[in-house]
Amino acid sequence: MCTYEFLQNYWWFVVSLLGSILVFLLFVQGGNSLIFALGRDEQERSLLINSTGRKWEFTFTTLVTFGGAFFASFPLFYSTSFGGAYWIWFLILLSFVLQAVSYEFQGKLGNLLGKKTYQVFLVLNGFMGPFLLGAAVATFFNGSNFVVDKTNMASQMMPVISRWGNGWHGLDACLDPWNLILGFAVFFLARLLGNLYFINNIDDAELQPRLRRRLLIDCVPFLLFFLAFVIRTLCKNGFAVEPESGLVFMEPYKYLHNFLQMPVVAVIFAIGVLGVLWGLGKSIFCSRYTKGIWFAGIGTVLTVLALFLCVGYNNTAYYPSNLDLQSSLTLANSSSSLFTLKTMAFVSILVPFVLLYIIYAWRSIDKKKLTRKELEEEHGY
Amino acid sequence: MEHIDPALIDWSRAQFAITAMYHWLFVPLTLGLSMIMGIMESLYVKTGDLFWKRTAQFWMKLFGINFAVGVATGLILEFQFGTNWSNYSWFVGDIFGAPLAIEGILAFFMEATFIAVMFWGWNKVSKGFHLASTWLTGIGASISAWWILVANTWMQHPVGMVFNPETVRNEMTDFFAVAFQPMAVTKFFHSVLSGWVFAAVFVVGVSCWYLLRKRHVKFALASIKIAAIFGLVGSLIVAFTGDKSGYEVAQNQPMKLAALENLQDGGNAQGLELAFGIKVPYMLSILSTRTANGYVPGINDILEGGYTQADGSIALPAEEKMRRGRIAVQALADFRDAVQQGDTPRAEAARDTLSAYSRYFGYGYVENPRDLVPSTGLLFWSFRIMVGLGMLFILFFLLAIFLGRKDRIVQSRYKWFYYVAIACIPLAMIAGQAGWIVAEVGRQPWAIQDLLPVNAAISSLQSGAVKTTFFIFLVLFTILLIAEAGIMLKAIAKGPEETETANENN
Repeated sequence: MCTYEFLQNYWWFVVSLLGSILVFLLFVQGGNSLIFALGRDEQERSLLINSTGRKWEFTFTTLVTFGGAFFASFPLFYSTSFGGAYWIWFLILLSFVLQAVSYEFQGKLGNLLGKKTYQVFLVLNGFMGPFLLGAAVATFFNGSNFVVDKTNMASQMMPVISRWGNGWHGLDACLDPWNLILGFAVFFLARLLGNLYFINNIDDAELQPRLRRRLLIDCVPFLLFFLAFVIRTLCKNGFAVEPESGLVFMEPYKYLHNFLQMPVVAVIFAIGVLGVLWGLGKSIFCSRYTKGIWFAGIGTVLTVLALFLCVGYNNTAYYPSNLDLQSSLTLANSSSSLFTLKTMAFVSILVPFVLLYIIYAWRSIDKKKLTRKELEEEHGY
Repeated sequence: MEHIDPALIDWSRAQFAITAMYHWLFVPLTLGLSMIMGIMESLYVKTGDLFWKRTAQFWMKLFGINFAVGVATGLILEFQFGTNWSNYSWFVGDIFGAPLAIEGILAFFMEATFIAVMFWGWNKVSKGFHLASTWLTGIGASISAWWILVANTWMQHPVGMVFNPETVRNEMTDFFAVAFQPMAVTKFFHSVLSGWVFAAVFVVGVSCWYLLRKRHVKFALASIKIAAIFGLVGSLIVAFTGDKSGYEVAQNQPMKLAALENLQDGGNAQGLELAFGIKVPYMLSILSTRTANGYVPGINDILEGGYTQADGSIALPAEEKMRRGRIAVQALADFRDAVQQGDTPRAEAARDTLSAYSRYFGYGYVENPRDLVPSTGLLFWSFRIMVGLGMLFILFFLLAIFLGRKDRIVQSRYKWFYYVAIACIPLAMIAGQAGWIVAEVGRQPWAIQDLLPVNAAISSLQSGAVKTTFFIFLVLFTILLIAEAGIMLKAIAKGPEETETANENN
């Protein structure tokens, strides 16, 4: 049962699940990108900030855990991508650092930079975080420019095994328009999810109609960018792996084949997309409906999970190199050892327990909707 | 032939150091204050006295201001292993990644989940659940620290792994050896409880400021009494584990100890220099070997070898270790080449050579024996500052307990103590910084002791890129520090709520 291959696949599933939950939790960033667009005065902006401000730790923690789990299970990705695509990861992290302090600092006296600056930081993270993460994930389908040569470790002069192929160190991802398109799709998705969360969490007669109008405005570009990326990905050549030799080669319609050859993944993808559309559609057309975040949120998790599984399973190179095809990372050539994967698998048994207490605590806080009255009477950001 | 740019190594080290140092300005307060808040809220739940609720809430407010910056700098630290130390991430990621992942799954989620209940749940959950959330926030932070310190200890004393030439990395063979080695236990108590000490000094210092201003006297007295006892317990355990840590360093990292003491030539019955040439006879030998006549090697002894080590073996000269390291590195090259050529006998021979010399593998990347000596001046004084301030804090808390009894502290003749307490807040920060300088600068030039020097651990980047991000982080973290200090001072100046509010009947 616990063969090396099984555990590599299991850990790809865990990492994919964390990545997909992270995309859902980017509703915090998406919501923040709307602070000035939706909040007409300080009180309204405060409502929006306090709404996502009670959830930002979850996004942040999931980002850290996603990084940690990737490090533990596929360390060659950690070293190749983070050390190579330096600038794109640096910008992502920088935007999250700005976000982490801005909630707490923005409303406090003596904060040095003034309230508006911290609110702008939140908006900045709202744009940069989802967009750059989306662009970075798109490279899983479109490839990056790196070389991996483990023999370098035997060189005393230059022992670094993963090298980036140009001086742009990750910014080159922005030269491929299809990376940008997924970036925009994730950005608009995060914005829609943020909006749906506001609809669910804030009880305010003035904000609600505005939130729903905005939903419709953001829905159109999201659908355009998302559909364009999906259709193009299904039609493009993909990075396939010959299972016996480990050789990587280009296969026409590889990702379409993956969905067809893994019908469960295709069904997960379809259910996910339908969930997102249902959550969005019903929230737009039913003015009293507030549970759209759950359909769209779970739909997001399923859709992104299916995309991750599609790019990693079925003999596919999940982090391909355009510079040297054989340097591409696969589950087999980039994972931790059997012992480590097995040990970590025991630890992962605790994940459902963690999810349970998160759900319990989340419900405890969110069972009462956020109102202007609460902010006036109680401590808030 | 292509070389690693020495400037790249320096800027990568500087960037990691600045992030770690800023991180450790905020995290100790999080670790300690969470416990103090837990004690105060427990008193509220036990007695039903709203005074304790307001007291706990005030310290929670300061905790919240501090928490975010610690989290933000922690995120950068984790990802820097990938961005700036990518070779490290592959070479030991099989072992090193596990504690980081476990930290996220087991500890960080606990902290993040219950901190939300702690801040926003006063009127939404029961008293008991809220109290549990406050404690779980602190416990989550401490468990988080456990796994991070396990990872750090492993860098000081790598255990539970074997080098695999096929994957060109070290692979874990014993999880429990990694996760629960005695050095990790010592480091956990030493580091986490130094956070308790810092938080206790902070609480006593802020409370004394109120006494100086004759404001919130009841609140200040209550806070001092709790924090002083908490701080004394913490500082005594920090002293005990500090001594234990010194012994472990002597066994596992003799060069670090020699550099801490600036001991060029060692010998038997070594005294411990306090400062400016004043020595306590036999003390260094007792600290290092637990015997008054024990042998302590100096820097030159370690470089030249020939002395008997703690395990009874004769120490090799540094040159010999480097020679063996180069053989190991060459054996790896031979192994890779033989495997590619399909030459199994040659591959097996190379594997055997590598196996015989793998413990010296890291020495293969060292160019000069003197490179093995860390910065003695910085270490010598950092160590003395850390230990000296640690001793001072024991006296400080004893005094605070004495003055807190029968409320002596409010008498005007003890006003000088208020100033001492306020001055101790920055001193406690300095002690923590000095402690990490001792731990991390003392490990140089190794990223992982004896296994991988920093020059072989880095990412392939332009030094200019890392220099740029270094300055961006420096400016950003400094702004955040100033902003946090400003917010903290305003919140302290405002003080705790004195009157009951409508929401306090929960």
